[in-house]
Amino acid sequence: MANETHMSVSVWRGDAVGSFQPFEVKVEDNQTVLDVVAWIQQYADPTLSYRYACRVGMCGSCAMMVNGTPRWTCRTHVKKVLVDGHMQIAPLRNLPVIKDLATDMDPFFDKWVAAEGVHHPTLTRNDPIEALDPAAEARVESAAGIECINCSVCYAACDTVANNPDFLGPAALQRAWSVYNDSKNADKQAVLDAVSGVGGCHNCHSQGSCAVHCPNALNPMNAIAGLKRETARNFFKRRS
Amino acid sequence: MRRGYRNHTLWVAYLLHRLSGVALALFLPVHFWVLSYALNQPEHLDGFLRWSEMGIVKFAEFGLVFLLAAHLFGGLRLMALEWLPWTSGQKTAAAGAVAASTLIAGVFLMRAI
Repeated sequence: MANETHMSVSVWRGDAVGSFQPFEVKVEDNQTVLDVVAWIQQYADPTLSYRYACRVGMCGSCAMMVNGTPRWTCRTHVKKVLVDGHMQIAPLRNLPVIKDLATDMDPFFDKWVAAEGVHHPTLTRNDPIEALDPAAEARVESAAGIECINCSVCYAACDTVANNPDFLGPAALQRAWSVYNDSKNADKQAVLDAVSGVGGCHNCHSQGSCAVHCPNALNPMNAIAGLKRETARNFFKRRS
Repeated sequence: MRRGYRNHTLWVAYLLHRLSGVALALFLPVHFWVLSYALNQPEHLDGFLRWSEMGIVKFAEFGLVFLLAAHLFGGLRLMALEWLPWTSGQKTAAAGAVAASTLIAGVFLMRAI
């Protein structure tokens, strides 16, 4: 039972089919959700599977559903999420579960590629390095999304992804918006073509869960709105 | 079910927009059906209009006007979000749409009773 010294933690066990397993974990003064998962794996049940790497909010590996909300667990303090001494930890939503708390991230990263979020160079390695103006309007738009750590929290928070498996998702579209606005990107049309098809930016219902839950306070909804404007402008421009 | 990740203003605004749209889609055919009485069966229309004088019906009409206004202002909000340069006050815009809808529906109810 949960009390002042211990908390009760329900942890998902299994893959797509499974159930929550209860654990009793000692409450510490300074303790993240990832600390709790690591403690369970090290001291209570070594068969528990989960994923993490840096522990400092840079790598984007450790995101999980905590009490039904996607969070980066290494930077989420237990005291922030504990409800009556209880906490539920589940694998990220909208992704296939490999085992326990580890999800298969392939669909998430495949969509980054499908959204054409890749560099299309304007120069070769033999050319001098091109100077960028950090204050240029397009550069400011581009810079707004580059702190993404690929944690998939936005992807897990998105109901459009849940209802439409083809939807590219907030992170991939935000990446496409950053690449689109990059003055060193040589093929803007490729980006617009990639994000305006089935599952593209126009599927977004502007629910805004991506922006609310992004641990780095980025705003994919803003990026998707920008893509909607540019793809529409491009559509009319090509017809005229 | 409202999950934890949905507990924020813009998701509620999305839900309101979707529900008001469905409600209006259901309401409009009935609305046009009643209007058709004016052309085909005026006596039936008079009977309906007497029925619509009941307080409970007027209150239901308040709800309809609210949904119509909410869908109108919510739609304008979404068009501004998608077509105008981004502004940071999206939550304020959603709250403003609800406030304007409440005002219009409230004025309608005051005039009706």
